[in-house]
Amino acid sequence: MFYIYCPHCGEHREEEEFHPKGQAHIVRPLDPDNCTDKEWGEYLYFRKNPRGLHHEMWVHAAGCRKFFNITRDTVTYEIKEVYKIGEQPSVVADS
Amino acid sequence: MQHYSGFGLFKHSLSHHENWQRAWRNPTPKKKYDVIIIGGGGHGLATAYYLAKNHNVTNVAVIEKGYLGGGNTARNTTIVRSNYLWDEAAHMYEHAMKLWEGLSQDLNYNVMFSQRGVLNLGHTLQDMRDIERRVNANRLNGIDGEVVDPQTIKEIVPHMDCSDNARYPIMGASWQPRGGVARHDAVAWGFARGADSFGVDLIQQTEVEDLIIEDGTIVGVKTNRYGDIMADRVGSVVAGNSGVVAKMAGFELPLESHPLQAMVSEPIKPILDTVVMSNHVHGYLSQSDKGDLVIGAGIDGWIGYGQRGSFPTVEHTMQAIVEMFPIFSRVRLNRQWGGIVDTCPDACPLITPTPVKNLFFNCGWGTGGFKATPGAGHIFADMLATGEANEMSKPFNMYRFHSGALIDEHGAAGVAH
Ligand SMILES: Cc1cc2nc3c(=O)[nH]c(=O)nc-3n(C[C@H](O)[C@H](O)[C@H](O)COP(=O)(O)OP(=O)(O)OC[C@H]3O[C@@H](n4cnc5c(N)ncnc54)[C@H](O)[C@@H]3O)c2cc1C
Ligand SMILES: [Zn+2]
Repeated sequence: MFYIYCPHCGEHREEEEFHPKGQAHIVRPLDPDNCTDKEWGEYLYFRKNPRGLHHEMWVHAAGCRKFFNITRDTVTYEIKEVYKIGEQPSVVADS
Repeated sequence: MQHYSGFGLFKHSLSHHENWQRAWRNPTPKKKYDVIIIGGGGHGLATAYYLAKNHNVTNVAVIEKGYLGGGNTARNTTIVRSNYLWDEAAHMYEHAMKLWEGLSQDLNYNVMFSQRGVLNLGHTLQDMRDIERRVNANRLNGIDGEVVDPQTIKEIVPHMDCSDNARYPIMGASWQPRGGVARHDAVAWGFARGADSFGVDLIQQTEVEDLIIEDGTIVGVKTNRYGDIMADRVGSVVAGNSGVVAKMAGFELPLESHPLQAMVSEPIKPILDTVVMSNHVHGYLSQSDKGDLVIGAGIDGWIGYGQRGSFPTVEHTMQAIVEMFPIFSRVRLNRQWGGIVDTCPDACPLITPTPVKNLFFNCGWGTGGFKATPGAGHIFADMLATGEANEMSKPFNMYRFHSGALIDEHGAAGVAH
């Protein structure tokens, strides 16, 4: 069970209030009409799946319903930091 | 290899069962093999067995970081069925089903395959439409299946609450009589013993830490215990750790690894002689021959390699089980555990060549690969023997995520993810 700090509400709440939304910082191709099937397919479906640090997006579904990012260790499950969309992580996963 | 038989059992009983032959050797690896299989789960061992038996490729090593069959193979809820929606998946799982039906005889090892039938419940009109569609699709593919009404379900599972009083009343179900369960450990051990008898080296307690790749072609693996071991072809069958091995090879896969949990109750008297699955309230269960209720949960939505999931998922599953079976509300749970499953965006596996020449992957089975064990081994052995995808494996190519030819099986996959 995670206790997650919502940077919008400013409170720690139980995991049940939140939904994980997958990898954070995925950049949409700027010119989708002209990217190759490979580029488009990788944007849609290929994900980082690290054993270690992962930057991921969560939503405070049963709270303020806002999105934010978490840097979390996928082996120890430790949450290293929580930061708002648009901000950059300070604990950085190796590529 | 010593042949197992009733007579042999009697004979060994006279010497107090002290002289059974070891089921497999514990060899020191050679410097080079024709094929190295990374991962000694059910799929890896089945692959080795069929490579030797069907393709005469016996200079093979299976390298396992822990013990044989100790990964997801040891942790799953053992449900076997082939009622998938799309032709590609239905054919592949049915191919496995046919192998299950003769597996104990083929391996001379009792895998306790029990065709006690599988019910997939519907609780909404949409569920029922999906069920009807899937059963019809199955029958067109020659796979057994029926749509059954609540009265019939009540006859099959008398202790389930099939009344209108439930929060989500049961409106019907699909019923695959040939589905059932198999003894997961026995499946791994039977394939291991069979592969060993053909001369395959099963190397346990040895982790593959890196791949040796020259000019875009794989030539061997680096291990933590025996250093470099060379091979002409390498097959990766590491389930939840596929992303880790792919990273060694320098590419990403279209999958994510999640914890998936299961639990067993204290043993109780026989009460349930079939498999019950519900997508809607989300819980699935059967009763083992030992008497414990074997209960499966959904995945945790986040990536996790910790082989444990979160408590809300367990609680959610128990709500579903007690909703369906109020009679179980006071049964105690004995144990709970997690596996790491690698889920694909379209809920179908990858049986595929990769950007690295002579390196192949069998993975992405997510929450449902146990049922495929013999079939997946059969197909993957063919790929490793020929170096090419055969007709059955072609649709499961990783490049389908570039072409868009996905096989969306979320409905028939049945486990929440
Ligand atoms: C709780 C749970 C319930 C499930 N229920 C069902 C079900 O009812 N029906 C069904 O069909 N499926 C079910 N599944 C899914 C099923 O268990 C898997 O799809 C299947 O077991 C995969 O088999 P495998 O041999 O590929 O993987 P595994 O059995 O996980 O084997 C992979 C092996 O690779 C080894 N390995 C990993 N990395 C390395 C390395 N670097 N070097 C050497 N070895 C390595 C691991 O130690 C492991 O032994 C369930 C899974 C879980 C977790
Ligand atoms: Zn909030």
